[in-house]
Amino acid sequence: MAIRKITTPLTDEVVESLNAGDEVQISGVIYQARDAAHKRLVALIEAGEELPFELAGAVVYYVGPSPAKPGAVIGSAGPTTSGRMDAYAPLLIEKGLKGMIGKGLRNDAVKQAMQRHKAVYFAATGGAGALLAKRIVGNQTIAWPELGAEACARLQVEDFPAVVVIDCHGADLYEEGRKRYAKTV
Amino acid sequence: MPGVRELDVADITAAVASMGTEANYDLPADVYAALGAARASEASPTGRAVLGQLIENADIAREDRVPICQDTGLAVLFVELGQDVHLVGGDFEEALHEGVRRGYTDGYLRKSSVMQPGGERINTKDNTPAIIHTRIVPGDQLWIALMPKGGGAENMSSLNMLKPAQGAEGIVNAVVDTVSRAGSNPCPPVVIGVGIGGTIDRVTLLAKRALLREIGSQHVDLRLAAMESEMLARINALGIGPQGLGGSTTALAVFIEEAPSHLASMPVAVNVQCHAQRHKTVTI
Repeated sequence: MAIRKITTPLTDEVVESLNAGDEVQISGVIYQARDAAHKRLVALIEAGEELPFELAGAVVYYVGPSPAKPGAVIGSAGPTTSGRMDAYAPLLIEKGLKGMIGKGLRNDAVKQAMQRHKAVYFAATGGAGALLAKRIVGNQTIAWPELGAEACARLQVEDFPAVVVIDCHGADLYEEGRKRYAKTV
Repeated sequence: MPGVRELDVADITAAVASMGTEANYDLPADVYAALGAARASEASPTGRAVLGQLIENADIAREDRVPICQDTGLAVLFVELGQDVHLVGGDFEEALHEGVRRGYTDGYLRKSSVMQPGGERINTKDNTPAIIHTRIVPGDQLWIALMPKGGGAENMSSLNMLKPAQGAEGIVNAVVDTVSRAGSNPCPPVVIGVGIGGTIDRVTLLAKRALLREIGSQHVDLRLAAMESEMLARINALGIGPQGLGGSTTALAVFIEEAPSHLASMPVAVNVQCHAQRHKTVTI
């Protein structure tokens, strides 16, 4: 299957055209945020305060990179387990978030929010942090530097490889792929 | 004193520091070979592509001297200290922690240890404390194994206090169910360490220790070797596949360690490890 090239920010049209199983390469700006940053993002929304980045059309990457070596843009930077962000994702999606990059299962509340507000969930290859870091060409911390690896950063990516796992139509490759290859022993 | 060997703890610190870095940069040869074999046999095209990425990733990490995965783990140390070794020059456990501190700082590894995990979760900023398991053994050597253990796979592990009547079938089911529930979360293809017996503390340690075995090695006990094969076949029939995207390679290996238990008990611990099955050993 041909690899689809997409750029951020994502529009509803692009999100609707993506289907579970599609291989994509993402270019543009994505935002690094994981557990602690999500907790703070949601607290800011609930307090009615401004976020460190524009949520409309944004793609977040669940990642906590290793420290960059001198001269490097970023350290190893593969996805972390997305399920820990399930408690926060529906509100961000409601407020305009269009894409999430991570790895692992999502709960029904996230899937329903994705269908209702048109958002897409991509998986990058977990444990391929050295390879994925080569597709990250810019890295600027934009909030909460004291959180270290959990800070919020603006990442510029070029042809960042990912697979659409859950689309805005309700299809889930984790369920479908597993059914396709399950055998009885 | 005759037969006693002096060992300076500074040598231990230096050894642990370089092990921490090397374990995170260099995927062990057995794991690398297992990924290659899996790519050749994997049924799913997406799964083969993922395995190809993992092999390329291991090559990049080794050549560029960067971590295989950004989650460079908590440092789990297994230490076997010969009883004829006399440690000099400082505190033994602090020497191990200092090795981890130095290796994770100098090697640009991620610091993933938080204190007050039930409270403020404040990063200790140097990846200490390490998780240390020490045994005193005969001899005048010191053996150390360092295993960086990532959080994503560790979170999918399980402890199962089974009834003895559930027998071997109950054990196999508990292991397969743990992997099934974990799905894509622990970064499959996984390596599974299984502890059987002991008490709740002993059984989890057995499961973790089992992860040090070489992929492709067979258990010396043929009963347990057969059980490992059955578990592996059933896990790979789940269809979860590389990264959970569907496929025939969900686990690369299952390793069991067994110990005597209470006559009323049959504890089974399942320690899930991601495909980045990193570890390094040294004898001083």
